[in-house]
Amino acid sequence: MAALDQTQVKEGVDQETVDAVREVSTYKYGWNTEIEMEYAPKGLTPDIVRLISDRNEEPEWMTEWRLAAYERWLTKKEPDWAMVDYPEIDFQDQYYYARPKSMIEKPKSLDDVDPKLLATYEKLGIPLKEQMILAGVEGAEGAPAEGRKVAVDAVFDSVSVGTTFQAELKKAGVIFCSISDAIREHPELVRKYLGTVVPVSDNFYATLNSAVFSDGSFVYVPPGVRCPMELSTYFRINAENTGQFERTLIIADKGSYVSYLEGCTAPMRETSQLHAAVVEIIVEEDAEVKYSTVQNWYPGDENGKGGIYNFVTKRADCRGDRAKVMWTQVETGSAVTWKYPSCILRGDESQGEFYSIAITNHHQQADTGTKMIHLGKNTRSRIVSKGISAGQAQNTYRGLVSMHPKARNSRNYTQCDSLLIGDRCGAHTVPYIEVRNNSSRVEHEATTSKVDDDQMFYCRQRGMDEEEAVALIVNGFAKEVLQALPMEFALEAQQLVAISLEGSVG
Amino acid sequence: MALPQTKLDATEARIAVLDMPRGGWSTTARTAALARLREMGLPGRRDEYWRFTRPDTLVQPEPPAAALFDPRETAAFDAIDKLKIVFVDGVFDAEASDDLTLEGVTIERLAEASSDLHWAASLYGQLEIRGQAAVPRPLAALNTAFATDGLLIHVTGKPSKPISISYRHASETSDAILHHVVKVDAGAEATILENGPAAARFNKCMEVDVADGAKLHHVRTQGRDHERRAATHVFARLGAESVFKSFTLTANGALTRNEVVIELTGDDALVHVAGACVGDGDFLHDDTVFITHDAVNCESRQVFKKVLRNGATGVFQGKILVKAGAQKTDGYQISQSLLLDEDSQFLAKPELEIYADDVACSHGSTSGAIDEEALFYLRSRGVPEPQAVNLLTLAFLAEAVAEIEDERLAEEITTRIEEWLIRHRS
Repeated sequence: MAALDQTQVKEGVDQETVDAVREVSTYKYGWNTEIEMEYAPKGLTPDIVRLISDRNEEPEWMTEWRLAAYERWLTKKEPDWAMVDYPEIDFQDQYYYARPKSMIEKPKSLDDVDPKLLATYEKLGIPLKEQMILAGVEGAEGAPAEGRKVAVDAVFDSVSVGTTFQAELKKAGVIFCSISDAIREHPELVRKYLGTVVPVSDNFYATLNSAVFSDGSFVYVPPGVRCPMELSTYFRINAENTGQFERTLIIADKGSYVSYLEGCTAPMRETSQLHAAVVEIIVEEDAEVKYSTVQNWYPGDENGKGGIYNFVTKRADCRGDRAKVMWTQVETGSAVTWKYPSCILRGDESQGEFYSIAITNHHQQADTGTKMIHLGKNTRSRIVSKGISAGQAQNTYRGLVSMHPKARNSRNYTQCDSLLIGDRCGAHTVPYIEVRNNSSRVEHEATTSKVDDDQMFYCRQRGMDEEEAVALIVNGFAKEVLQALPMEFALEAQQLVAISLEGSVG
Repeated sequence: MALPQTKLDATEARIAVLDMPRGGWSTTARTAALARLREMGLPGRRDEYWRFTRPDTLVQPEPPAAALFDPRETAAFDAIDKLKIVFVDGVFDAEASDDLTLEGVTIERLAEASSDLHWAASLYGQLEIRGQAAVPRPLAALNTAFATDGLLIHVTGKPSKPISISYRHASETSDAILHHVVKVDAGAEATILENGPAAARFNKCMEVDVADGAKLHHVRTQGRDHERRAATHVFARLGAESVFKSFTLTANGALTRNEVVIELTGDDALVHVAGACVGDGDFLHDDTVFITHDAVNCESRQVFKKVLRNGATGVFQGKILVKAGAQKTDGYQISQSLLLDEDSQFLAKPELEIYADDVACSHGSTSGAIDEEALFYLRSRGVPEPQAVNLLTLAFLAEAVAEIEDERLAEEITTRIEEWLIRHRS
């Protein structure tokens, strides 16, 4: 923190913001669980791919799918266009599979899970017991128990430790389980959807993930069902020199609704670790998916040593008319972040939203943003991105808004703000805008004062000053969503709401 | 990194049809530029910097033929008192040009300057090299190596009238390469005008050195020939408290790529770069601007407006780079397009890269159709629809035209736009 303490903060930057950034930059999850692990041999070969498939007891088609991805991966080049700089990764000097020995015999229920594992999640504030009310969430105690229920799939290194509330969800028809279970138990669904949003050959890391993903979550919400509780996955990297490659597949069938939350942490290690995830979301007609992430991987120490390399491909496909997807991300962790949660707005009147707060400090580098691909008529998208850079960190917003010729009468509004704390960091904006029809409107703004006039008027009329009104309008989304986060880190996310973008640059 | 074979081949094929002028002070710079070009290779379709604009026709050895435009058209800035210099298909036309003497400025031709010690030697190709630092600009290196002529303009005082460079287009297959060097001494001030379609294909480079407290105004119109193609570069370096204002009007042309690369190296400098373009049909206009703030308390402004119809394409790539230490920077950038029908498109990448904390940088980019409410308002007051559309279009472009300081020149530009609108009425 020394770096930030000594930083001369320029006039106009809110002290509360500086304090909030300082607070979230103190890593609280850096401890390690001493547990006996089983590793696959180091390196990546077809045999390792087969081993992962074998450990997950997968059918032949899945093994073949992975091997084909491995072959593709060999031909792919690591992307170099992002504004991130890190030493070359030796993909043969990594473990691709690590599971606690106690998980070799798969526990029959949560009660059979190794207490050390349960204690790990307990310590992270993620109780894997259904009767427990989530600790530490403001207002949680007072909230009706029904409203606070959150089903959790806990992933520890390469395996899912357990998933809560499965029985209750099953009653509603919702399938929520680890992806390895889904491949065994719902192969028809997995086969139908896996790789249809993020194709195997999409990019270097997605292809790598397709070959070696070990676990992750699977969600299917049947037509017309409003998922009775929030779903969440908590990813914990514990083992050293081990990459985590999780795969998440969410299918919201016609007219359904689900809110999904994702959290992640890792111990402090001196060497950097690789995390390459793929998230695919399919949103059918009239369905809605909310996907929220609090990304808190270990960011490395003050001198930039260690930390997670976070290379993530997340994409939602609004296949049906009036489908809606909302990505919310709070990015505070990782040494390097390369992540662009995107929306394909295929159905007419479908909607995509992306709200992001990315905070980098010390030597962290984040290159993150979104793609909004408008294909259907009357589609709408909204992007609100805030990047805050301190220390010697680099923070980049990179995004694409594309209006295809047939996406008539569509609308996009983008707002990107960045704030620099100190004079040794950087903040960058790289938006791509492609408008291929004239009935659509695209607006890209980069100033805090540019909020909706009507909303502004409404707030001002009720006695708020301009600053308060802007904070309410621009941060409104954050408050709303962050407070809904059911985990311990929601507290931390709530602090972020205190951040003011006054003194920001486009 | 080795270049892909296709790129190597394309580059060598282009070089093969060009002759490097030999002898004289520019030889060293030309030879170095050729080596640079070979290292970079000419732009290809997969290059990120050419993401929105296909460079093929700018790169191929021979230019696609371009029909001539109506010769009865009066040239821009016709009524303005100026020192006139004419190039026809890239060849200096002494007959049509005025005598090159004017108080406060010395003007020479690149093709004629052969003495070993020339003031331009310290600039020729040198500002171009600086402009290559962040992104390769191979067409500029090609220009430095192979330019057949150009003007060396040394502004020492305050010339009484603008220096006007007229580019006429007479041959349907001409391929012109011109390179100008402009040096404005401390405290001096001048205006440079450019107009005309130049050639079937035109590669032009202008290196501008604006010393402390100096001022340079640059206003150009790019000719209306439907089929002409052009790749132009302006490389400018600004000293302390200097001012550089550049405005471009582009009307038609199959392909125009205007790159402007500015370096603010002295404190309190100011740069305005603006452009208005109107395109109808087979038209691609690309404004690529890169402004580097490397001094304290400088201001940069980019205002680009595009009106597009019948499948025309507008491209804007603008970047503000604020280096560490360039505190109190004020950077502003706006790119807007008005799409008059369904087939036209706007592709933009408005970029910021900032390494200083006490700066105000903002950018905006919008795209959309004509405002229906405004149109309805005008119609309801008895303005027929075509005129109403023209009025609103003119109003849309006015913000860019307003960047021109000299009112006579601004008027001249507005007249040009009005003419275009009448001619291209829907």
